[in-house]
Amino acid sequence: MRRLSASVVAVLLGASLGASPAQCDELKDLHFGEALYYAHQSDYFSALERLDSEVIQHAELDQPELGTLQYHINDAEFSLGDFELRYRMHHRAGRAITAVLEGAVDERVRNDAAYRLARIHFQKNQIDDAMRALNRIDGEVPKPIRDDVEFLRANIYLAQDKPEEAMKAFERLQDSDSYGGFAAYNLGIAYLQDGQRSLALEQLDRAGQITTDDPAELAIRDKSNLVAGTIYLESGEQERALPYLNRVRLDGPFSNQALLSAGWASMATEQFDRAVVPWSILVEREVTDRATQEAMLALPYAYGKLDIHGRAAVYYGRALDAFGAEVDKLNKSIDSIREGKFLEALIREEIRKSEDWVIRLRSLPETPETYYMMELLASHDFQTGLQNYLDLADLRRKLLAWEASFDSFDEMVAIRQEHYEPLLPDVDTYFRELDSKLRLRREQHMMLVKRRDDLLTTPRPEFLATPEEQAVLKRIEYIESQMANADIAFSDSFAARLKRLKGRLTWTLETEYHARLTEFDRNLRSLDEAMAVAQAEYDQYVRSRQAATHSYVGYEAPIERLRTKARESVSKVELLMARQGRSLEVVAIEELMARRSHLENYGDKARFALADSYDRATQAQAKVNGE
Amino acid sequence: MSCLTRTLLIVLLAVAPLTNSLAQDLTAGDMKSLDGQVQEIKSDVLGIASELSNLEERLLYPSNTQVSVFVALAEEEDFRLDSVQIEINGELATHHIYSFKELEALQKGGVQRIYTGNMTTGEHQLNVTIMGKLKSGKDFSESDSFVFSKGIEPKALGLTLSGPGIQVGSW
Repeated sequence: MRRLSASVVAVLLGASLGASPAQCDELKDLHFGEALYYAHQSDYFSALERLDSEVIQHAELDQPELGTLQYHINDAEFSLGDFELRYRMHHRAGRAITAVLEGAVDERVRNDAAYRLARIHFQKNQIDDAMRALNRIDGEVPKPIRDDVEFLRANIYLAQDKPEEAMKAFERLQDSDSYGGFAAYNLGIAYLQDGQRSLALEQLDRAGQITTDDPAELAIRDKSNLVAGTIYLESGEQERALPYLNRVRLDGPFSNQALLSAGWASMATEQFDRAVVPWSILVEREVTDRATQEAMLALPYAYGKLDIHGRAAVYYGRALDAFGAEVDKLNKSIDSIREGKFLEALIREEIRKSEDWVIRLRSLPETPETYYMMELLASHDFQTGLQNYLDLADLRRKLLAWEASFDSFDEMVAIRQEHYEPLLPDVDTYFRELDSKLRLRREQHMMLVKRRDDLLTTPRPEFLATPEEQAVLKRIEYIESQMANADIAFSDSFAARLKRLKGRLTWTLETEYHARLTEFDRNLRSLDEAMAVAQAEYDQYVRSRQAATHSYVGYEAPIERLRTKARESVSKVELLMARQGRSLEVVAIEELMARRSHLENYGDKARFALADSYDRATQAQAKVNGE
Repeated sequence: MSCLTRTLLIVLLAVAPLTNSLAQDLTAGDMKSLDGQVQEIKSDVLGIASELSNLEERLLYPSNTQVSVFVALAEEEDFRLDSVQIEINGELATHHIYSFKELEALQKGGVQRIYTGNMTTGEHQLNVTIMGKLKSGKDFSESDSFVFSKGIEPKALGLTLSGPGIQVGSW
């Protein structure tokens, strides 16, 4: 029973990982939202690619606290670990979450991170590390994960062989909306682990009667009843086993096993006619199922016990035919796997578009091997190997597509270079002329601005004289200097005229100064606008010129580097695919061979029993005839 | 728990007692070692993908001309979005028909980058048409026009859709 409980614990933890990725109330960062868009479609590769780049770019900002991702940074870092976990990159996921855990974050965030880290360790079967991570939870646990934490803790205790602690934790979860049914069953398993058989059976009885319409909880309810029934059956208490086995739904996943056990329970009490009922139902079911195959032998055995040897012989005959057909099917399946068809079917994209693709796989006519591989396909390690193989196939597809795009990039760069290189020398010559003109205008503009600013603090009316006034002023100053240096004396009236003229000019300059300054300022402002337009055009030109160069310069090295990396990665991926595929094929063939051997053994039994039944039927007939 | 989880859970529960022996065979060193190597190559390929995206962006959508349009659904919107059509300056930029998974991803808070292209600086006209079905089952179609200004930095426009209604914002 220990083995049973451990497997169920792992299964249920897997179920708990189905929580949705982190999501913020109000989205401030579109790129984070874009990563979530892919994650919500289970495209974790694309989600990781985008979020990883976004988080790195955010960290490289001079002031990350001003970036839009800052609003979501904790969620983003969590989500990175979460997406890595879902993309089955446990190593990186563990590192990402540990980094959050060791950062300066608030209590709720740290507790959430501790839970996620514990979950990763538990998934990797690192039970003690899982408990250590869980023990880092302190203070307030975020409400949405409270039950998750408790359920994980209980399962860790169970895996650590500490049933007492596990029982306490499972008891606390009995009323949980998400885990109620599972906790009820696991509590029974914990009692069993603790050696408390009667308490375990009481608990399984309770778990087997929960009211629910949830398919997963209905399944666990069936499982509780099946386990309780099996315990009674194995301890020879067949009458007590039957009510539990009868509670298992006829259309549930445990129905076949329950029908088989119910038949054996009746047989053990020599109620052969009662055993015929469940087995008659079972033999009409899927012939690949182990319970069905066993029932195909058990049913005629029961008829034999009822002395209905003719019917027994008919059923043994049917069983023999069915086992022979199944052995042929298995042989074909083994050949098919050896020819590589199993792996071919697995990577067919249309198959995996459906969520229950593993189940749909068995319906493909060209993949008969999957009929017998449902158990194998569902086992954790085979699933890991299988998912790895599928992920590798996806990576290979991506890499091959990228390799093709490198050639397009090369061509694009070459076309741009061909286009721009002949044009750029003339463009550059023109640009240099334009640049020197603009530089000159910019200097003139700056000088005028400075003059205006000076005039505002130190009025200089002569600076605002018109060109004519300036000419007149210069002429007056010239005459004045001539007069001062002349050997002869000028008449007073001449000097007075000159003075009057100068006074008139000064009067105009002084009285019109403010108006002229205003006009000058207005004109300068218009010039500012014109200069801004010229500068914008200049900047646009510079950007276009740079863009022309940037459109083809500097790509050769990165394209080549990526091409080499992609080529090397394709080789690695193909090598890993071959190894992973081979290991899957070997395991699958071993599984099918084991099933074939089992069926051959059944076939032998059926053959002998058939002969025996014929003999007995013949004897019985002879006896009747003799009488 | 998701639908997939539940489906798997039922399958796994059904086979749990049997699978342990198989699992034990499969947990041998080579499986573990392979798993580690697969994780490494995933990391390498993610690195290549990231570098390639940057290169593509530089090559195809330089920052000074880049315009991206993103689509999100308003919170708690339960209308079914069927398609979005975007025209820029009267020219069809993109038209997207939503699958169930894409719609679900939007409803859960995801943001779709629906268009990335190149534009000159200055003002541009954006026309958005959405089609879908209201909760009442009634078909609806809504169009709206917006003017946006493209500067020298990359422009990101976010469309928030509701039934019916379109809001645009710059990021």
